[in-house]
Amino acid sequence: MTIAAQTSLPAARAAESQIPKAAREAGFAALVMLGLSFPILALRTEQNMSNELILTSRWSWALIACIAVFIARFVQILFRSALAKTLTVFGSLVLLGGLARAAGAAFDTFAASVFAIGVALVALGLVWERRAATTPPSTRTAAERFAWFAPAKPYVAPFALGLLAAYPLLALAAVGQGGSIKWIDNFGIQILIYIMLGWGLNIVVGLAGLLDLGYVAFYAVGAYAYALISTQVIPATFPGLGVWAFWICLPISGLLAALWGILLGFPVLRLRGDYLAIVTLAFGEIIRLVLINWVDFSNGYAGISSIPRPSFFGVPFNASDEGFAALFGLEFSPIYRTIFLYYVILCLALLTAFVTVRLRRLPVGRAWEALREDEIACRSLGINTTNTKLTAFALGAMFGGFAGCFFAARQGFISPESFTFLESAQVLAIVVLGGTGSLLGVVIASIALVGGFEILRELDFLKQVFGESFDPTQYRTLLFGLSMVLIMLWKPRGLVSTREPTAFLKESKAVSSSLVKEGHG
Amino acid sequence: MSASLQTRTAAPLLQVDHLTMRFGGLVAINDLSFEARAGDITALIGPNGAGKTTVFNCITGFYKPTEGMITLTHPDGSSYLLERLPDFRINWRAKVARTFQNIRLFQGMTVLENLLVAQHNPLMIASGMTFLGVLGTKGYRESSRKSIEKAEYWLEKTGLVERADDAAGDLPYGAQRRLEIARAMCTDPVLLCLDEPAAGLNPRESLELNTLLRSIRKDHGTAILLIEHDMSVVMEISDHVVVLDYGTKIADGTPEEVRNDPRVIAAYLGVEDEEVEEVEAEVEVVAEQVEAEHKA
Ligand SMILES: Nc1ncnc2c1ncn2[C@@H]1O[C@H](COP(=O)(O)OP(=O)(O)OP(=O)(O)O)[C@@H](O)[C@H]1O
Ligand SMILES: [Mg+2]
Repeated sequence: MTIAAQTSLPAARAAESQIPKAAREAGFAALVMLGLSFPILALRTEQNMSNELILTSRWSWALIACIAVFIARFVQILFRSALAKTLTVFGSLVLLGGLARAAGAAFDTFAASVFAIGVALVALGLVWERRAATTPPSTRTAAERFAWFAPAKPYVAPFALGLLAAYPLLALAAVGQGGSIKWIDNFGIQILIYIMLGWGLNIVVGLAGLLDLGYVAFYAVGAYAYALISTQVIPATFPGLGVWAFWICLPISGLLAALWGILLGFPVLRLRGDYLAIVTLAFGEIIRLVLINWVDFSNGYAGISSIPRPSFFGVPFNASDEGFAALFGLEFSPIYRTIFLYYVILCLALLTAFVTVRLRRLPVGRAWEALREDEIACRSLGINTTNTKLTAFALGAMFGGFAGCFFAARQGFISPESFTFLESAQVLAIVVLGGTGSLLGVVIASIALVGGFEILRELDFLKQVFGESFDPTQYRTLLFGLSMVLIMLWKPRGLVSTREPTAFLKESKAVSSSLVKEGHG
Repeated sequence: MSASLQTRTAAPLLQVDHLTMRFGGLVAINDLSFEARAGDITALIGPNGAGKTTVFNCITGFYKPTEGMITLTHPDGSSYLLERLPDFRINWRAKVARTFQNIRLFQGMTVLENLLVAQHNPLMIASGMTFLGVLGTKGYRESSRKSIEKAEYWLEKTGLVERADDAAGDLPYGAQRRLEIARAMCTDPVLLCLDEPAAGLNPRESLELNTLLRSIRKDHGTAILLIEHDMSVVMEISDHVVVLDYGTKIADGTPEEVRNDPRVIAAYLGVEDEEVEEVEAEVEVVAEQVEAEHKA
């Protein structure tokens, strides 16, 4: 007891002496914020009824922003525990939200509860910081700290798989047929598409260390391959195969995308680092521009519509007598197709994961990772680096093509709009945020980014805080950028920042990612 | 003298003829010719910037020489013109392996994985270019097991078996140097090119290195081409020394011949540099030691 008190004393004193410094720094940051918010937040031009521009001021917004920055910077300097920092800053923001509501509308029960939550969070943060300051810094390694988790480890993957498999049924049970379409389609299928794209790109970026900024090109190749073959080639040649279109085109799309990957890769993979990134970026744009301008081929901006939807292995999902519902004696409902699509993309994604896991342990996968670590050393060991890069590129492209084919079949309509650079950037962000090379990281990052965007639509209660005109979805990009910056500060190597070895002699020890290279082309 | 005559009659494993390498106006190697014989340890020495690493880069295909010919003749008689092969074939076909002056390990991979990557080509064939490997056929599992055994053999030989499952980047410096040699040996080379393997090693580690290099030569018949500044290593273990200065060969012979060559002494002394003087002092000390040993 006394020892604890003694050791805590110097720490507490040190913290006290930090207060003026922290206040000074925070004041400076708030000043900067004031300068920034003055033109952006405080003054705003609006058009009035007679189309005149009028200047309105929103000084309270600027004030809140400055206070928020002050608190964040103050806490960041003064506190040592990351959790305490997060709690305090987040709590202060909630508290400010409560205040804003009280000032803007009325001090009703809603404002009071928001206010209370904020106070509770701040208090929790302060208590936690107190605890962190008085306990000596832990010397345990990450492995020791997570030792309690070790026995559960083998069950994580089966449990996650079971959850994924049961998800549509759970959604159905929870919110019924009408409500669950949104949950299965917007959340389940959408996230799984990005997980699959992330896993595909992970082969190229995460394992082989080749920065590919034009991954969406292969997604587009897959999507247009399915759209064009199923709407033009199959009806003209074998109309009887119409119901099977998706299953025939799925491998074709993947192979076509892989072929494009090889065609592009052959000249390009001699380039390194930034050059490779720029050329792949350009390739992505070229594909999109060709799709826009070659109207005879791709129907330009108008896109391709009425793309056949996948069938249940030859049984279409429609209300006819041969349809899925009739065949299985069910009442017709669009939910069956959605659930089926969910399982299709789940299987495709799992195929990607399976192949990645398998290949990582084979010589080719090890060569990819070695290439990311040191290309010159690879060449000195007799590895044909061009071929090795090409296999990674082609394989990544192939999974992009599969995903594209699925996307076209799910939407029933595609246009070049769906294949912009932003899409490549988002998939790349998922891979980088997840921790390059980590399959689990990609899953977490996809759920956070894609699911997070979808969640924004659901956050109606924020309207009560910020007023009726507040639309959270408009802040997508802002939040996207902010979360990227925060995660890169907090975990610069991504969410899952260890690498599992592919072979071991006695025991498999995870490699800290501070040693793992990102690759340089 | 007679001993050196005998070794000279053995077939030259590596023959470098009139090798010239220019970088723009800079002549890094100037009309260099020398031989390395099978089963020998050939040392390539010279002051800083003499062009030693450039010679290695030409032999291992990282640079294409401006002029000259590099011929490698295997014990079975097949021969390769190294200046015409792409770098990865020089290792895979001509069986020349190398290490780097500034260590190039796969730092984020474990020690064992480093040695498995070195066996990429045979494993790739065993895995049927990946297709059989995905299916996990018996043949592939067998060769995969063998590759781990081979890695284990080299780990034991280099004293790294305890660290097999640690990241290569976590090893201390001396161990990283040894791992790089083990990795090169996993490609079954006939010629092993070591670029300053003793740099940064303490005297004890240096001694262990001598033992390792000797055993590589004796037990595996691998010839070694060695760049080294540490004269205790060079004079101890090499059969044949080639001295470079400003890209030109100034001496070529047994360690004793080279040590007493006035041009070599001048090259090391001619540059007013403390480091060179140190080297010079070392040469003398070691020479005395060797002489004392010979008398004993
Ligand atoms: N890629 C290159 N481009 C231009 N000049 C080069 C290149 N590589 C080497 N050189 C030059 O060639 C000369 C010989 O360099 P090299 O690295 O072969 O010397 P070294 O004998 O290995 O020296 P050290 O003992 O310091 O390793 C140096 O002057 C160097 O600057
Ligand atoms: Mg050198």
